[in-house]
Amino acid sequence: MDFFLEVLTGGLLAGVMYSLVAIGFVLIYKASGVFNFAQGAMVLFAALTFVSLWEHGIPFWGAFVMTLLSMLALAWGVERVVLRPLVNRPPITLFMATLGLSYVIEGLAQLLWGSQVHGLELGISDEPLEVGGMLVSQFDLFAAGVAGVLVLILSLLFNKTRIGITLRAVADDQLAALAVGIRLERIWMIVWAVAGFVGLVAGLLWGARLGVQFSLSLVVLKALPVLIIGGFTSVGGAIVGGLIIGASEKLAEIYLGPLIGGGIENWFPYVLALLFLLVRPSGIFGERAIERV
Amino acid sequence: MTAHAPLLELQHISLSFKGIKAITDISFAVQQGEICALIGPNGAGKSSLLNVINGVYQPDEGVISFNSKSYSRMKAHQAAVQGIARTFQNIALFKGMSVLDNVLTGRNLKVRSNWLEQMLNSGRAPADYVSQRIKAEEVIDFLRINQWRNSIVGTLPYGLQKRVELARALASEPRLLLLDEPMAGMNNEEKAEMSAFILDTQREFGTTVVLIEHDIGVVMNLSGHVVVLDYGKKVGDGTPDEVRHNPEVIAAYLGTKH
Amino acid sequence: MLYRESGQFNTSYRADQRWFRLWQQRWVFATWMILAFVVVPLIGNDYWLNAILIPFLVLSLAGLGLNLLTGYAGQISLGSAAFMAIGAFATYNFQLRIEGMPLLISLFLGGLTAAGAGVVFGLPSLRIKGFYLLVSTLAAQFFVTWILTQCGWFSNYNASGVITAPPLVVLGQNISSPAGRYLLTLSVAFVLFWLARNIVHGELGRRWMAVRDMDTAAAVIGIPILQTKLLAFAISSFVLGIAGALWAFAYLGTVEPHGFDLSRSFQILFIIIIGGMGSILGSFLGAAFIVLLPILLSNLSATFLAGWVDPGQLENLQKIIFGALIIFFLIKEPQGLARLLEIVRQRARVWPLRF
Repeated sequence: MDFFLEVLTGGLLAGVMYSLVAIGFVLIYKASGVFNFAQGAMVLFAALTFVSLWEHGIPFWGAFVMTLLSMLALAWGVERVVLRPLVNRPPITLFMATLGLSYVIEGLAQLLWGSQVHGLELGISDEPLEVGGMLVSQFDLFAAGVAGVLVLILSLLFNKTRIGITLRAVADDQLAALAVGIRLERIWMIVWAVAGFVGLVAGLLWGARLGVQFSLSLVVLKALPVLIIGGFTSVGGAIVGGLIIGASEKLAEIYLGPLIGGGIENWFPYVLALLFLLVRPSGIFGERAIERV
Repeated sequence: MTAHAPLLELQHISLSFKGIKAITDISFAVQQGEICALIGPNGAGKSSLLNVINGVYQPDEGVISFNSKSYSRMKAHQAAVQGIARTFQNIALFKGMSVLDNVLTGRNLKVRSNWLEQMLNSGRAPADYVSQRIKAEEVIDFLRINQWRNSIVGTLPYGLQKRVELARALASEPRLLLLDEPMAGMNNEEKAEMSAFILDTQREFGTTVVLIEHDIGVVMNLSGHVVVLDYGKKVGDGTPDEVRHNPEVIAAYLGTKH
Repeated sequence: MLYRESGQFNTSYRADQRWFRLWQQRWVFATWMILAFVVVPLIGNDYWLNAILIPFLVLSLAGLGLNLLTGYAGQISLGSAAFMAIGAFATYNFQLRIEGMPLLISLFLGGLTAAGAGVVFGLPSLRIKGFYLLVSTLAAQFFVTWILTQCGWFSNYNASGVITAPPLVVLGQNISSPAGRYLLTLSVAFVLFWLARNIVHGELGRRWMAVRDMDTAAAVIGIPILQTKLLAFAISSFVLGIAGALWAFAYLGTVEPHGFDLSRSFQILFIIIIGGMGSILGSFLGAAFIVLLPILLSNLSATFLAGWVDPGQLENLQKIIFGALIIFFLIKEPQGLARLLEIVRQRARVWPLRF
């Protein structure tokens, strides 16, 4: 039983890492209806930029700010070159454009900073910590804390600031927002920049865990089932979805793995998400739309 | 009133969305061969009622009788098989397909060849195609859209799209035709033209028509039977003249003294 | 001046359904076929056949498979490579385990196996729409590569899951030479393209497009949605399965499950975006583009940037160019190269006038 709890806790904490990627996704989907497959590429780009700057002797916060600026520039570019010309196109077209975008960003990141693996040491030990008789990774606790702070910042941004209100207006009804004089282009840019910031935070944590390398951009594939379970439009859902995926994936690996063979974490979240979908076709927290004809 | 059983009869239909009542206990009957108009203010539940009749929505309560068979819930496919065709308020054409292909899809239930025959272009497929094409072309002639036959529907102007949608519905040789605001957004000339098409349909093919329309002038000219809805309830039912003098209908449209 | 419709009328509805309505089109087609079936095998060298023409044909088949599902029936999929893998491994096992099994029959059965898998992973499509369906296709993608690696039986207990094609024999002829493999691929592609063309111009094709354009309306006019979608999954997966088998047998000779990973699925999606969604011809054009562009780029850089750019960087550059092209096509010409070709054809029809 203790072992079960330990696995569960480990899984839940790992799930927080998935949530981090999923949150960036949700932000963009809410504000622009774009299913942004390039979120993973953005995580890679941010982490690679940060670590390369840091390795060139720029202090931590300096590198952090410079990376943030580069994410802002990326957001500006994406809005200009991809989103603006594709306005009013079917969502599926925008999705495919972000597939193309992920290729561009990945290629660009590696063209600029090379494709070798970088270690990233954030100074948090990965030693297990004993909490109430269970062994819990310190690093995972730290990551969970960071995610908590991030969600707090985002909810303040969404609920207390003027930008937040505009964002929610756009998320609710683009056309109405346009009609009251909200500049969609600016909102999109802000949202992509914020998603870039979330991507940077996710990139640092994931990078510290796995090393900064190309496979970081594949975390998007982990985030997808998280979104399905949590719903595309809810930050809270992204957290809960992440926890569910993280926990069940670890439990399945431990208890199911020996029966049917290892390495099931690649597809297990998808099958889980599929089962969820068959019961609730729009996720736990997603709005169920009534079809009007 | 005729002695025949009505073609369509709704009995105590209710429908709600997330607890909000859209339709409350509505009953009425549509006789074979008549043109019946559903009128009422916006949000009265007219489109929802059409959606219940042809199975897009499932009612919470009530029974639909069509052609002497009763259903507590109609499936969209079932409705089509029974001979109920439909046009939509916001035009639901297949925008990426040509006019001809749209009309041909309207005949999908009449197709006899299976996909293997179609794939090999043999067996019943070639003759089947020709016979469906002949029928489709008849409808296209009837609604005078020949010259746009090969145009992609999405590129046509609004009024023509409405006509193509009617063509697709007629291609299925329906017994009951449901028209959701067939004349919305049209000018008087286009309205007159569309009215003529609807009347011709009824006269030539004996099709029963249920239509939703806001233009009371059009309704009074076209239909022999009017059903008035307000806030999801039926407030009037009868000939245009009866409805015109019904105090509840007047209240719904003009308001009452409180 | 030569390309004219004048004087050529269709006097029956059947004539209106033909492949090529004008004699000019028929001649051009016949010329292409003679080139492909007779001239190319005679004069093509091994490099051209092995490195360009065979992968081009296989990829255009894969593109066709996905195009039927995504371009015509409107169901987006990121699992194409999984169905290719199933086709390849199934064909391999039919060859291996049944004594004297003819290659073509194995190919067909391999396609059928993939079609069956397609139906299974397509089942959720009735309840799940749009992006949510990506989950089902991605589940297929990851599950299939996992089980092919995990379960040794599929690769006849090869340590790393690699399968190796046996000598290719059709009707008693050994066709393991480049020209033989080319002709096998070409013939299979020809037949499948012909069948696909009949489907999309027939009733099933119209149903697919109806479901793609507006599924509620399709249901209202009586189209059986589930059956239509499942047929799209089945037929698409059949074509993809055969493409996968040819990829393994006629192109590479040996292949492992990870040869059919997610990036292969992306590649096939890119083929139909660039070539043209909902266009049979687009699958060819997109495949040609995606095969030729890397060759062109590496030749260009070898000529102009020799020593400046190392090969690793070239790969990144190629990625950027591909990504940018995808975005460019989606913005400028969502119907892809096929549409561009159509515009050229329209121009030729009225040349030298403009309209």
